[in-house]
Formats: sequence, structure tokens, C-alpha cells
Amino acid sequence: MKKRFKLTDLDCANCAAKMEEAIKKIDGVKDATVSFMAQKMTVEADDARFDDIMKEIVAVCKKVEPDCVINL
Amino acid sequence: MKNLTCKQRKMLYRILLAAALLIVIKLLPAIYLPVHVPLVTTADLRMNSGPAYFLSPWLFYLVPYVIIGWDVLWKAVRNILNGQVFDENFLMALATVGAFATGEYAEAVFVMLFYQTGELFQDYAVGKSRQSIAALMDIRPDTANLENEDGSLEEVDPEDVEVGAVVVVRPGERVPLDGEVLEGASALDTAALTGESVPRDVGPGDAVISGCVNQSGLLRVKVTKPCEESTVSKILDLVENAGEKKAASENFITRFARYYTPCVVIAATALFLLPTLALTLIPPSAQPAFLAGTQWTGWLHRALIFLVISCPCALVISVPLSFFGGIGGASKCGILVKGSNYLETLARTETVVFDKTGTLTQGSFTVTALHPAPGVAEDALLEAAALAESWSSHPISVSLRKAWGKEIDPSRVTEVEELAGHGVTAKVDGRAVSAGNCRLMEKEGVQWESCELPGTIVHVTVDGVYAGHILISDLPKPEAKTLVEGLKAAGVKRTVMLTGDTEATAKTVAQELGIDEYHAQLLPAGKVERVEALLAKKSPKAALAFVGDGINDAPVLTRADIGIAMGALGSDAAIEAADIVLMDDNPAKIATAMRISRKTLRIVKQNIWFALGVKGAVLLLGAFGVATMWEAVFADVGVAFIAILNAMRCLRVESLK
Repeated sequence: MKKRFKLTDLDCANCAAKMEEAIKKIDGVKDATVSFMAQKMTVEADDARFDDIMKEIVAVCKKVEPDCVINL
Repeated sequence: MKNLTCKQRKMLYRILLAAALLIVIKLLPAIYLPVHVPLVTTADLRMNSGPAYFLSPWLFYLVPYVIIGWDVLWKAVRNILNGQVFDENFLMALATVGAFATGEYAEAVFVMLFYQTGELFQDYAVGKSRQSIAALMDIRPDTANLENEDGSLEEVDPEDVEVGAVVVVRPGERVPLDGEVLEGASALDTAALTGESVPRDVGPGDAVISGCVNQSGLLRVKVTKPCEESTVSKILDLVENAGEKKAASENFITRFARYYTPCVVIAATALFLLPTLALTLIPPSAQPAFLAGTQWTGWLHRALIFLVISCPCALVISVPLSFFGGIGGASKCGILVKGSNYLETLARTETVVFDKTGTLTQGSFTVTALHPAPGVAEDALLEAAALAESWSSHPISVSLRKAWGKEIDPSRVTEVEELAGHGVTAKVDGRAVSAGNCRLMEKEGVQWESCELPGTIVHVTVDGVYAGHILISDLPKPEAKTLVEGLKAAGVKRTVMLTGDTEATAKTVAQELGIDEYHAQLLPAGKVERVEALLAKKSPKAALAFVGDGINDAPVLTRADIGIAMGALGSDAAIEAADIVLMDDNPAKIATAMRISRKTLRIVKQNIWFALGVKGAVLLLGAFGVATMWEAVFADVGVAFIAILNAMRCLRVESLK
């Protein structure tokens, strides 16, 4: 399943790249992109565990850029 | 000022306050204290009249430093706790705290001030560019006027309108959803979708596309597609998500950034530690020239300069921003690019392959010449042919009727007989008329004249006597004539045309348009083979683009390095199959797309080289102790800011149209 999320207060392009890399490493995530320009995140992950994976993603993003909010 | 967000405004006040304080402190005379307090006061050694102590300057400088830099310090600590070591906050914190430690108080405050100003500018410029790109894409109407069963109107969200419902579009409003006109006539402006403001006339029964602006009359439209499937949603979706397909240079930069920062930080550590160790271990007399007379604080200062430059932000931000701008600018011209990677490939395209019908030519037949036999009027020839063919729906018959242009009275035509592969025979006003190809003429035993012009020829006989022939051809689009020239100017080396048409027709069109190479009488599968052969022949770095109408050439579109579909307004198949979609059927847009892609790539390269060049130069100068902290901060935020401004040029496409 592929889902898109809007991001608020994503302030630096390098952080976006770091977030993307960290999300891709999460087990069950097939593909992910974090667009600094569009302030958007696209996640493709297993359907069954999507909600759990999203929780991990939020945690990972918090580590990289604590100010950035993922609008679920 | 009023364009700033709340956050930006706060930062601006902090910058102004810190800057004012910095100036005041610089001008402040020394304040003497009668007693010595460790750390807080410093002994004044210039005074000869006994010991005097004045307040240490770091006390004063700490105030503006905290005002301007507290969040950087806080974020640095927080990120280290989170395991993110090498981020810009950490680097700036380390550099300025280091400067404080070596007694360069004013410099520490100024560097932080400069850094925050740069960040503010950067933030503002990026926000601004994002807004202007978003404004380009603001073609989705927010409301629809839904007509209820009792005839009253209700303003609703287009997403809530169901298929089959009726919406009313007033003059000046955008069509909210794809549909079919039930009532009313108007002209629609498609500029938002195609970049070209050519009004389209619509009346009852015509399909209308969401995103167009209704210019004149009131329209009642029956909705045929739900909001998420309507044209405007699809286009927006496509452009907004184009960033997901990243270009090679974008990936290069993120990979580069991953190694760059740690490398510079390690270099900075080495730059500080090695000379310092050498200074303590080697006796002064045996020290090499570059060490002699230096102090460890000098080397620390050089290392701090390294740290300030080590942030890769200028690069990481300017490359995707350039691509984003290029894609936004292209969509302003009615060219949809599905990803940064396609823009990049398009820029290195050297071979462009065209499908003929519908791409270079109009795709409809037009009567281009009338050659009546001696003693026959041109009008009479056309009239006889048009009437005889009046019952047929063949494209050639349609073009004959169109050329004649008058209302056809069906009662004048009787005994119509269609002879497959030959033509038509009929009685027109009681006279026997035959219209068809040379085989029909031979069958009737009539002496016919051949024609030197290419195209489809319709011979006509009246009462068994040859009346002349009519030439019908598929005309090239007027915009196609400057196309090849435009492509060549944009750097394309070879143009190739593929067609299922006859050799003679292909040759004429190719010659007229100046196309280098043509292959005629190809079946759809043959087109794929031809493209594959061309792909094998091209140099590995160059790319091959195929341009088609997307209707029956989907296999070729996917096979080519870049598939360009044109005339996509209303054709979902084309939008699906192609990498780049031209919203209208103007072939000149191919050259425009090419120019936009080359310009974007040029800007991307400029930014990469500029940022790397300045950073490299300042790193070198810093290592030799020539660069100051100011220059280092410029190499970081200043370069980023200039790169962003440069990237914004990608949005400007007026001159490229």
C-alpha cells in the first residue's frame, strides 16, 4: 500500500534526505520518499503492518528532525 | 515584512536585537572594578598606576550570543542525544563555542549572527519558491455549483459531487469536474492546462475538461467522472509527485553529502590535533617552517573554519529545487514532466523519433488540390465527388464533403454502391458518377491521368467520361515547420519519422519539415523494431525520445528512453503511457520542453560546481590560515542563498516558449 502524508516544519533539505534514508531502513517499508520541496512524504509498505510501521516512521523522524510533524 | 511567517519574524527580531547589542558592546568603554573577581574581570596591564581590573568582554558578548544562538546550541545538544552528530547545528555550535574559547568573542557572535541571517534568507527564499510553484498548479477549483432536483443551486466541494449529477458553470468560473454539456454554449480557455490560451468552443453534447475557464456563456454540465479521476486532479497529482522519481544528479548530491560532512569534520580534527601534538612534542628549534611561531589556538581556529564549511546544505537544497522549478515551469507551458529523472534524460536527448500521423501532421485529411479534366469546372468536379460519397463515413469522404462545404440534399443521390477497395458509384441528379482510385478507373475502362503530387487521389467520372481527380492529403501541422529547426538549436542531432503511410507521402512530409530520416509503410510492431535499431546505434550517453499521440503507440513510448505523448487533453491512455505529456497537440512544444530541460540541467550543474568550488577554495584557504570565519560562513549560507536564487531561474520559461 502506498500512502502520502503532508509534513509541517520540515526545515532543511539535508534532514529530508536523512529521514528518507532512515525510513527506508525500517523493516516492511518497500520504498519511501521525503520531498523537501513538496513537504510531503510517500511511504510504500506492507498492508497488514502499515499502522505499526507508521509508528516506527514517526519515531525515526522525531530522532532526525524533532520539529517536523507528520500529519497522519 | 508581512510576507514573513511568524517564525521568520521572530528570528528577524532576534537578529536585529543581537546585531544592535553587538554594535553597542563594540563601542562600550571598559568598565573598571576595584576588586579582582576570577573569570569575570581581567587585569589591565597597560595601567601603570597600580593594579586595575575591568569586566571581561566575554560577559558582554555572551548576551547577544545567547539571544541569537540559543536554539542552535539547544538543537545541537538534542540531536547528539538522538544520535545525529554531524548536523549543521552541531557544527555551528562547535565553531562558535570554539571561537569563544580562543578569545574571539566578537567573531563568535558575528558568525552566529551571519549564520542565522543566512538561514532566514534561505528559509524565506525556499518558502517563496515553493509558493510560486504551488501557485502555478493552482488550477483546481475549490467549489462546484451543484444543481439540486428542484433546480436550486448549492455550492459544494467538487469531491462530494457524484457522477451523473448536474453542475452549473458560470462565466469566469473554472469547470470543476470532467463532464458533458447538457445546455448552453460557451468558449473555454484551456490556458491553465495547455499553456496556450486558445478558446475552445463547446455546445450541448460536447465533453468539457476540468480546469478550463468558462469564458462567455452559462453551462449546465453533467458530471462524467468523480473528482479524483478528473483531468485536473490527475495533472496535479502527476506534477506534485514528480519529485519521487529522482534524477541521477539529485542522488549524487545526497550520496555526496553523506560522505562530505564526516570527511570535513575528520579533516578539521586532524588539522587541529596533528600540529598541536607536533608543537608540544617537537622542540621549537627542530620545528618545520610551517609550525614555527604558531600556537595551538591558531590551529584550532583553522579547524573551526573547516567545521563551518562542512555543512552540505547549499548542495542538498539547490539541486532538487532546480528540478522542482524546471518541472513547475514546464507545467506552466502545458508540458507535464513525470519526474526529475525524465527532465535529466530529455536534456541529453540527441535523437528524436516522431510518429507521423497526428504528431507531425494533423491526422485528418484535407483536399489539397483539384485537377479537373479539360472543360470541367473545379466546383463541378468537387460537387460530383462530394455528392457521390455523401453516404460514406470514410475519412476521405468526410474530407470531400468538408471541402465542398454546402448542405447535401440526399434526394439528389440515388443508387449508391460502395465497391470495397475501389470507391463509390452513384447516380447524382440522374447522372452516373464514379469516384475512387485508379483501380476503379481501370475497372470502368476510363483513361485516367496520374498526378505528380503525393497523397491520396480520388478520380471522378461523370457519365463514363473522365472529369479529373482530387488530391487529398494529411497536411503537416503549421507549428511543425519550425520544429526541426528548434530541436536542432536545442542540441538534437538526428530526427527520424516513422509512419505506416506510403513512401511518397512520407518523403514529402519529411522533406517539407526538414526531417533527417524517414521509414515508411511500417506496422505498429515495425515501429518498435525501428526504435530498437536506433537505440542500438546511438552513443551510450545520449538518449532517444519518441513522440507519439499515445493512442496506438504505447509500446514504442515505453521502449524509448523518453516517451513523449501529445494531445493528451482528454486522453488518459497518453497520460499513463508517457514520461512527458504535452497537453495540447502543438509539436513546437517538444522543442520548448527540450529547452526547459537543458536550462534546468545547466542551472543544476552551475549550482553543483559553484557550491563545490567555493567550499573547496575556502577549505584550502582555511587550511593555510588565510580564510577568516566570515568567509567560511559565506561559503556555507551565502553559497546556499545564491544557489537558491539561481535555482529559481528554472521557473522562468517565458523566453523558452
